Amino acid sequence: MKIHEYQAKDLLRKFDVPVLFSKVVFSPEEAGKITYEEFVQRGIETIVIKAQVHAGGRGKGTIHNIFSGEPHILFDKPVRGVNIVSGGNISDAAYQYAKTILGHKLVTIQTGEAGSVVRRLLIEEGVSIAKEFYAGMLLDRQVGKNVIMVSTEGGVEIEKVAAETPEKILKEWIDPAIGFQNYQARRLAFGLGLSGDAFKSFVNFISKLVVAYEALDCSLLEINPLVLTTENKMIALDAKMNFDDNALYRHPEYSELRDESEEDPLEVEASKYDLNYIKLDGNVGCMVNGAGLAMSTMDLIQLSGGQPANFLDVGGGANVERISNAFRIMMSDPNVKAVLINIFGGIVRCDKVADGIVEALKNVEVNVPVIVRLDGTNAAGGIKTLKKSGMKFKVAKTFEEAAKFVTEVVSKN
Amino acid sequence: MSILVNKKTKVVVQGITGSEGTFHTSQMIAYGTKVVAGVTPGKGGTEYSGKGDFTFKKPVPVFNTMKEAVEAKKPDVSIVFVPPPLAADAILESIEAGIKLIVAITEGIPTKDMIKVYSALKSSGARMIGPNCPGIITPGETKIGIMPGFIHKPGKVGVVSRSGTLTYEAVKQLSDLDIGQSTCIGIGGDPIIGTQFIDVIKLFNEDPDTEAILMIGEIGGNAEETAAEYVKKYVKKPVIGFIAGRTAPPGRRMGHAGAIIAGGKGTAADKIMALKSAGIKVADSPAKIGITVAHALGIKIADKNKAEKKKSTKKSEKS
Repeated sequence: MKIHEYQAKDLLRKFDVPVLFSKVVFSPEEAGKITYEEFVQRGIETIVIKAQVHAGGRGKGTIHNIFSGEPHILFDKPVRGVNIVSGGNISDAAYQYAKTILGHKLVTIQTGEAGSVVRRLLIEEGVSIAKEFYAGMLLDRQVGKNVIMVSTEGGVEIEKVAAETPEKILKEWIDPAIGFQNYQARRLAFGLGLSGDAFKSFVNFISKLVVAYEALDCSLLEINPLVLTTENKMIALDAKMNFDDNALYRHPEYSELRDESEEDPLEVEASKYDLNYIKLDGNVGCMVNGAGLAMSTMDLIQLSGGQPANFLDVGGGANVERISNAFRIMMSDPNVKAVLINIFGGIVRCDKVADGIVEALKNVEVNVPVIVRLDGTNAAGGIKTLKKSGMKFKVAKTFEEAAKFVTEVVSKN
Repeated sequence: MSILVNKKTKVVVQGITGSEGTFHTSQMIAYGTKVVAGVTPGKGGTEYSGKGDFTFKKPVPVFNTMKEAVEAKKPDVSIVFVPPPLAADAILESIEAGIKLIVAITEGIPTKDMIKVYSALKSSGARMIGPNCPGIITPGETKIGIMPGFIHKPGKVGVVSRSGTLTYEAVKQLSDLDIGQSTCIGIGGDPIIGTQFIDVIKLFNEDPDTEAILMIGEIGGNAEETAAEYVKKYVKKPVIGFIAGRTAPPGRRMGHAGAIIAGGKGTAADKIMALKSAGIKVADSPAKIGITVAHALGIKIADKNKAEKKKSTKKSEKS
C-alpha cells in the first residue's frame, strides 16, 4: 500500500524523525489562507509547494492543463510538481500556484504522458541546504533481513546510483534478534564523511527512522533527499512510504490513508470484492485461479498474438458471486475484445466453477468471445455443463488449445 | 525415489481442527500420508476425526503444544495451516520443538514476522518450505500439502516451483506425457521463504533417482539467477525451466507478495537469459512445459503422435 508524502511525514513526526513544518491543503483558497496564517505569521518567508501524488519524479515533472494538455506557466516559469516561493506576497503566490496545479495533471518520468491528477498540495517551510543525501530502507530478500542504505548522492534516482556507482551506496543489515545498533549508525555516518553536529544529527535521524520503519510495518521507506541544513541538522525533505500489505490487518487506521483517486477505478472496484485485479492495456481479458497461472495465462495471450488486458486471480473460492463480479469488472474495460478463462481445478472443482460461469453470464452482459479452459478436478463435468448451457463458449481442454483459440479470435478482430 | 519426504514420513498438522486443516488433513490421509498428530491449543487430549464430508479414515490424536506432540508421536515433519496473525508463532513453536522440516501453507504472513522466523530457522538448522506454498509431494508415497494428488505420477523428474496452480498445470502436462515425478516442491510466492530454488536443486542433484529437474520461476527477486549459477557449475542432469510474468508491468505486485519487478530488477527477460546461459532448456510457452521436459529427456513425443496418426490413417485407408 502506498501513501502520500504528507501522510508519511505525519507518521514520521510521531517517531521523532525530523521533518520540516508543513500543512496539506485541498483548494487554492485554503492554500492562500493557510500560507498566511501558518507561515507568514510565523515569520516564514520561503515556502515550497509540493503536488501530492503517489508517483515519483515530481521535482522535474511539469503541470499540464487537464483539458488542453498545455503546460502551465506562472511568473514566467513552467509550473512543476515542486515549486519554491520566496519573498513578496507568498500567500497570494501560494493561491496562484494552487490554482494552476490543483485539478490539473502532473507529468513525470514515472507517470508517463497520461500524467496524474493533483488533488492535494503540501505547503512546507523552506530550508537552507548545505548538502543532500539519500536514506532508504527495505527488505533484502536474499538474506531475509531489512537493509538500510545511505548515499552521498542525494536527490537523484537511487537505481541510477546503484547501476553506475554502486560503491557510493553504504549498507547495514539489521539482525532481527539484536536490532539496529548504534555502531551501525556510526559506521554509516563515518562512511558519509560526517563529523561534529552533523554526525550526531545523522546518528539520531537514522536510528529513529529504523524504529519508525519497523513499528509501522513498512515495506519501503525512502528519504530522498535527506538534507543537512546549514545549521548542521539532518532533515527528511521528502518521504516515500509503502506498507506491507500482509500486515495491514495490524493497522486498521491505515484504511484512512488510502487515496482511491490514485488507483485505477476498476482496481478499486475489484478490491471491494477481494479480487486480485490489475488493469493493463491489452485486448484479451483473462480470469484465472492462482497468481502464477494467471501470469502465465497473460504470457500465453501475448504469445498467441493478443495482449493481456488484465491480471485477475479469482483464487480458490471461484463461486457465482466472485465470477459475476470478475466478469463485470473485466467487461467494464472497453478494450477487451475477448476473454480467456483458465481454471486449473486442484482444490476447486471444475464442475462448480462451470456452474458459476454459466450463472454469472446470466447476470452480466458479455458480447465478446469467451474461451474457457477447465482442467484438473472434475474437468469433464465442467465442460459438459458449459456445452449444455447453450451459451457460445469456446471450450478448450488444454492450455495449448486455449492458446490456439486466442490466436483465432484475435486475428479475426 | 525422492527427496525430503517418503512413505515413512510422520506428519503433525498444526491447526488441524480449523476448516483448512480439517479439509487438507482428510485429503492427505486419503492419499496415504502418515498423519500421526495434530496440534490445536485448547483441544489437547482429544482425538479428531474431521467433520462432515471431510471425515478421516482414522482419528488423529490432538495435542495442546508441539512439544507434547513431538514427545508422544515423534513426527518428522510439521505442516502449518494456522491463519496469518498466528502463523509465525506456530512455526517458531515447531522449530523449538525440534522439528527438522516445516511446511508452511499459510498465505499472508507479515514480512516483519517472517524476518524473525527466518533468523530462527538459520540458527536452528531446521528447514522450512513456504510460506504461501502448496507444500511437498512424493507421488505414490506421501503428500504433505494442498496439491491435488491425482495429477501426479511416480517417476524421475524433480519439480520445484514458486507457484501453486501453475505447478499443477506443469505436473499435469508431465503426467499426461507419461513422465512421472520423483518429488514436487512448491517453495512459495513470498519475498521471504525458507527454502530456495538452489536448496531444492542441490537435493535433486544428489538424489540418484531424480534424472531431470524442472524449475518454474516467476518475476521478482533473483532466486532463479542464483540457482542458474549453481546449475551451471554443479548440475550434470538436464534442467528445464519456465519463468512466468514476461507480460507483467513493473512495480506491481502480481498476486504473490514476492512477484514484483522492483527498481527494474527481477524481470522475466533477465531470468530467462540467466537460465539459458546456464544451459537450462527454457520453455517459451506455459503450454509447452511438458513437451520441453520430454525433449530434454530424449522422449520423442512428436514421433509418437506421428506414429499414432500413421496408424489412424492406415485404419481409415482400410475402412
